[in-house]
Amino acid sequence: MAVCSDKTVLNQWYAIGATEEIEPERMTETVLLEEELSYTVDALGSPKVWRTGHDAGELVPSQCVYGYVWTCLGEASGEVFAIPEFSEPDRRNMNAATIGVNVSAPRAIENFLDMGHFPYVHTDILGVEPHTEVKEYDVEISIENDEILATRCRFFQPMASQASGGGADVEYIYRVPHPFCSVLYKSSPVDDKRMDVIAVFLQPVDQEHIRAHMMLSVLDEDNDDKSIRLFQQTIFGQDKPILENQFPKRLPLDPRAETPIRADKSAITYRRWLSRKGITYGVIPAAA
Amino acid sequence: METQHRKWHPIAASSDLPLRHTFHGQLLGREFAVWRADDGYVNVWENRCLHRGVRLSIGINDGAELKCQYHGWRYANRTAGCTYIPAHPADAPARTICNRTYPAVERYGLVWSGETPDGELPEISELEAGSPCALRAIPVNAPADLVTKRLAEYRFQPNAKIDGQGAEITVETAQDGHLSLSSVDGEVSTKLLLFVQPVDSNRTVVRGVLSDRPKQEDELRVFLHHSRRLSSLRDLIEAEAAGLPVPEPMQPVIHRVSEELASMPEQTLSGRTAPLRVEVSRKWETAAGIAGLKLVPVGEQLPTFQPGAHIDVHMPNGLVRQYSLTNGPGETRHYTIGVKLEPDSRGGSQCMHREVREGDVLAISEPRNNFPLRRDAVKTLFVAGGIGITPLLSMARALHHSDLPHELHYFSQSEKHMAFPEVLERLGSGVVPHLGLDPAETGKQLKAILSRYQPAMHLYVCGPGPMLEATRKIAADHGWPDNSIHFEYFKNTNEVDDSSSFEIDLARSVMTLQVPAGKTILAVLRENGVDVPSSCEQGACGTCLTTLLEGEPDHQDVYLNESEKSSGNCIMTCVSRAKSGRLVLDI
Repeated sequence: MAVCSDKTVLNQWYAIGATEEIEPERMTETVLLEEELSYTVDALGSPKVWRTGHDAGELVPSQCVYGYVWTCLGEASGEVFAIPEFSEPDRRNMNAATIGVNVSAPRAIENFLDMGHFPYVHTDILGVEPHTEVKEYDVEISIENDEILATRCRFFQPMASQASGGGADVEYIYRVPHPFCSVLYKSSPVDDKRMDVIAVFLQPVDQEHIRAHMMLSVLDEDNDDKSIRLFQQTIFGQDKPILENQFPKRLPLDPRAETPIRADKSAITYRRWLSRKGITYGVIPAAA
Repeated sequence: METQHRKWHPIAASSDLPLRHTFHGQLLGREFAVWRADDGYVNVWENRCLHRGVRLSIGINDGAELKCQYHGWRYANRTAGCTYIPAHPADAPARTICNRTYPAVERYGLVWSGETPDGELPEISELEAGSPCALRAIPVNAPADLVTKRLAEYRFQPNAKIDGQGAEITVETAQDGHLSLSSVDGEVSTKLLLFVQPVDSNRTVVRGVLSDRPKQEDELRVFLHHSRRLSSLRDLIEAEAAGLPVPEPMQPVIHRVSEELASMPEQTLSGRTAPLRVEVSRKWETAAGIAGLKLVPVGEQLPTFQPGAHIDVHMPNGLVRQYSLTNGPGETRHYTIGVKLEPDSRGGSQCMHREVREGDVLAISEPRNNFPLRRDAVKTLFVAGGIGITPLLSMARALHHSDLPHELHYFSQSEKHMAFPEVLERLGSGVVPHLGLDPAETGKQLKAILSRYQPAMHLYVCGPGPMLEATRKIAADHGWPDNSIHFEYFKNTNEVDDSSSFEIDLARSVMTLQVPAGKTILAVLRENGVDVPSSCEQGACGTCLTTLLEGEPDHQDVYLNESEKSSGNCIMTCVSRAKSGRLVLDI
């Protein structure tokens, strides 16, 4: 019997490790939805994932997408959501970091969607006082893809790019195509017609602990992998202590649990979307 | 267990609350953010920001407010009401955004609180007489009842014989979560009160208080003595607790926010727009009871202002107030305003004085000038009363800069009540202070000042209503024509009569609208989608001035002068109404 009884959550695909960080054929252990798993990737890049806790040895579905091994512990249906930019030839794709955070997956997604904390948590990088205003933006649930889309998000950034000397409004687009994954598009500093992609693929270890995999697909010919990773890890390292001090750790779906403001439009939509899907894992469902 | 919720418990030591610190406390499974404001008040709050549940114990105590680390929301000392939401600087936080507070009493070197304690904190007679001295708190991983039971075995020496041994211990009382122990060794004795703070079902903090502070030379040895012995006893208790089944952690009830707060507020569509964002870069006391605020742009260049112009400031508490700019010519990198703390403030000046701080972002309107300065006068006289100096300061600076003849007569209580002294100094001999005069003396001075009218002189007056009235009258008596007297009231103190109902025709919009009793022309226009500028909305500032083409107006403002009023060709739509059944407006 699976520990997680939430079918919707169980039937999703989850990234559990970056392929470039493991040696071929070498076994790695991990935990997903409280289930112990092991996985390998062979020399040709084919993954294999099996249970090592209960039903030890049982193979579970797996695939390699966006540079990660993905698996599904329920009934796998369909593919991992699309990120078309990933396959553009001039992009640099990498796992920026895999970081353990003592928080539920949906709390971490909300933080990823949130702009209001930039001046306070990512001071002098993604935001700076007094540029604290969250301007009006649009949120919708795309019917054909069943995903949340937030557009026209603009926020003043002190280091908009390494090329530009001063601060400027940066434009963002957020997608939430999976209950525990989100994709962010951000104006590219090198090409004003294209956008950099930063995605978080969360691996819920249990209801209150995650491993967050951060995938980058960027247009950047100047910086080496190490400095690009370091930047993202700095950002995530600033979020981590905040996330770990949220109480309760699970995301409350009762609209009266917390106090939203207009800047939280995308988070409100996300909470409603999770409620409508009947998600119970990692959340405190609203009383019926 | 329920009875525990109705009792007072110690949750911190006074020494846990040093200047500007925030302490993380816990009682019966519930976390508290405990912080002392600069005025000494101890706040015990639910340890959660109402916005996203982040612990407030990691927040910033600025001495007056606690600021959440996540989005910079600020909560006020005592009330725990939210005063500022930086993500929406133009909107006021709803008054009801208020964190949950718990009672707090500081006594015997400890901070006491509880979920819903009955009555007052009981007096501990043993500690009332002496000089209580709190010991280091000892956390124990064991249930409170076990800790209480085992604490009766605690052995210690009296303060005055701390290095001795074999003192006799008597347990005098053991009740209500505390034990009173007495240690006697020969002729010396010491009382120790041990309070048991149930942190959670399996965690406890023991807080000891000696009834008398040890002599200074013994202090360190006494503290060490208790630290070591209580730690040893802790080890024994924890060993015993380890053998018992682990109780379930307590589940404190987190109260829901009100229905009103749960829904996302709509964008406010006030007719008074505040398109500019400014940061308070400096706030200082420029004179007794008057705050100077220097506002710098967030983002773009501030729009041009003219001497006499004012801005609407949309305050964190939801009020909108008008303040004149004091800037000199060409001073376009900031706006500087002066705000007097009004004793009978309806919340505007109080908010500016008490809540707004350096670094805050405020939403303001573009500057509007309804008090324009002529620069073609042979001589210009400025008469300022109190805070009425602000628009006149800007005007005097403009004339001073161009070497145009002027005098600035500044009526003020005393020298220390004179705002922006550094600016006044630069104006030099043009400034004539009149200090500490009563109304009769003021009248006498005004007569002297206004007695030598010549054609093409102009007078600008700003100050409290009675002084303004007196100045206007004295000027008129001394032959100043209506169009040479320019004035600006702070507010309209007239009682507005809005009992009439009438019709308005909008000549350019080709609309006919009904204005019922109890509603202003301005409100009716807005309801019908006609956007007209406004600012003070009480008939003082002049922003909503509208040309009147036909009809007899019922002027209720203090902006227009008598000849303007009697001409009957303009009207302030925010307060004025119709004497005739119909007005035709040039809108």
